[in-house]
Amino acid sequence: MIKKNDHKKAWITMVIAVAVLALVGLLDNLPSTIVPSMLLTVLQKGAIYALVAVSMNLLNGFTGLFSLGQAGFMLLGAYTYAVLTVPVERQASVYQRYKGGGLGFSVTQSLGNSMGQFGLLLGVVACLILAGCVAGLFAWLIGLPVLKLKSDYLAIATLGFAEIIRAVVMYEKLGPVTNGSNLLYGFTSFTDFHLGSLKLTTVMPFLFAGLCILVVVLLINSTYGRAFKAIRDDEVAAEAMGINLAKHKRMSFIISSFFAGISGALLAMFQASVQASAFKAAMTYEILLIVVIGGIGSITGSVIAAFLFVGCSEWWLRFLDNETILGNFGVKVKFAVVFGAVIAAVVAFGMLRMKRKGKKLLTHAVQGQPAVNWRAVLGLAVAAIALVWDIWFVISPNLKLPLLRQGFRMVVFSVVIMIVVLFFREGIMGDREFWDMGRRKRAAAKKAGASE
Amino acid sequence: MLKIDNLKVSYGGIHALRGISMEVPDGKIVTLIGANGAGKSTTLRTITGLVKADSGSIKWNGNELIGKNIDRIISEGIALSPEGRRVFPDMTVLENLRIGAYLRRDKEEIEKDLDSVYRLFPRLKERSWQLAGTLSGGEQQMLAVGRALMSRPKLMMMDEPSLGLAPLVVQDIFKIIQEINRQGVTILLIEQNANMALKIADLAYVLETGNITLSGTGAELLANEKVKEAYLGKRKD
Repeated sequence: MIKKNDHKKAWITMVIAVAVLALVGLLDNLPSTIVPSMLLTVLQKGAIYALVAVSMNLLNGFTGLFSLGQAGFMLLGAYTYAVLTVPVERQASVYQRYKGGGLGFSVTQSLGNSMGQFGLLLGVVACLILAGCVAGLFAWLIGLPVLKLKSDYLAIATLGFAEIIRAVVMYEKLGPVTNGSNLLYGFTSFTDFHLGSLKLTTVMPFLFAGLCILVVVLLINSTYGRAFKAIRDDEVAAEAMGINLAKHKRMSFIISSFFAGISGALLAMFQASVQASAFKAAMTYEILLIVVIGGIGSITGSVIAAFLFVGCSEWWLRFLDNETILGNFGVKVKFAVVFGAVIAAVVAFGMLRMKRKGKKLLTHAVQGQPAVNWRAVLGLAVAAIALVWDIWFVISPNLKLPLLRQGFRMVVFSVVIMIVVLFFREGIMGDREFWDMGRRKRAAAKKAGASE
Repeated sequence: MLKIDNLKVSYGGIHALRGISMEVPDGKIVTLIGANGAGKSTTLRTITGLVKADSGSIKWNGNELIGKNIDRIISEGIALSPEGRRVFPDMTVLENLRIGAYLRRDKEEIEKDLDSVYRLFPRLKERSWQLAGTLSGGEQQMLAVGRALMSRPKLMMMDEPSLGLAPLVVQDIFKIIQEINRQGVTILLIEQNANMALKIADLAYVLETGNITLSGTGAELLANEKVKEAYLGKRKD
């Protein structure tokens, strides 16, 4: 019976995957008047960030190893891929500061020339796997000493390692291979893929990231995945079950880094250029943000949060970084009315929820002091201040929107993560998955039926 | 048969076991009683290989266990149900049980054992999709015992299975221990609840500050004046 169920699951997964790929392919080929190019950018980068978030979740959420080296492994993957695939005739201009730099061959170019699109795909897959392997190899090396550390010490050590990798790649003497601190560009990117006249620019990252995420999901549901979770929950008990701690931690670290390496290579393909200075700790921070918002220990959560985060940071919340001066007094009044309405709506929603839960602002105690519901009072105070400011803004003569300027977007993200950590520690999905929500519901229904 | 000979263990200079010798014959229930810090848990942890011994020997059916890795020791048929239950709280009941069979590769036999654990603890079957952390204390203890059984042990070691449980639940647990023993599993039991433990034990040892001071059948020790004074709560007159 279990076997039959598994077959059904595999079919459903396949149908969904094909449907998603077809939809993405359709978006790719619709004219840009219908599909904004920003949407495609978000989809591409979102898929890549989903993969790297899943790889971090495998380590942090499923094995309980708090590591912050993701950007370093992505860097290794990105550079491995880029160095291997810069076309021969462009190597002179790419490596112009280093005479005779470059490898003198390009994997994707030679395969692409001899076998067309299929050769190109083969070359890219080979280079992606190599990129993952290089990251995995370094993970094995660094893991030998570092995995003996626990929790926050491990985080510090891996963070330091990522910084070292970045410095080494930018080292002048390695210039003939890595191009030092200069850009690598011209290598095979997503735009090189097409089926006849059909563009596959967005389909490719979905395909690659989707396959990798599928592998991680299968791993987590295997015996090894259970062993990882056991280590996360209780190291001593896991050891008493016969689980070799050192071996499994190393395995999880290497696999996580392998996929981080692949996602780094995909990011390089997406950007069509790569520079070591971009892979800073800030990048790891972004990924950590995705993992926490999505829910530590949920693959589904990481994927959803990745698209949400990339959408916000690249598209919907871009305006936070631009200084905005309103056109005239009328626009200002409209803005203030909308702002006030949003605040009022939030307050009304909050009040309604409190009423439904039977909570009050002030609870009169039978004896002793009355209890104040501080969270609600604080919320009301913030709303009141916002409304007063709103009125003041309409009266005041200036037309420039306050706060909006370079870097404000990151402030908003940081506030969001603080709110998540303080009030919604579970994130979007907690540690649940999309596919076992139905199962738990069914189990609950069965139980309810049995007790009747 | 497990035979321990002159086993010495120390934690950074502090002697936890000062040369104990004991035997656990096949098919029996053997209990180890003693005060806190006497070295009971250390004995079990050393047998499984979680703690390294200084000297002495632990022979399992004639094979030396000291120096072997934990996974080797467990796959030779020794299981530990650790103190304080230590179930994996964020994993489901089913996942917890499957982890117990982690070192086994015989899939069909694992399914059979899963069924027999569910027969022994019907409550666990009802809750197989529930997270282990949401179970009650008694259910968690059942899960810990079931998890240890999933490795299909010949010798099952239990570290204070009655810890923090209500008297009625403790009785259930002891009944189950006897039931498991009837199915042919040798039991090495550590207990603070000396009265209950001695009643079901075929053989018992008293451990005091790293030394075995008394041994005998369960009934003998139950009748022993010293044991009564120190562990069964009889007042000196």
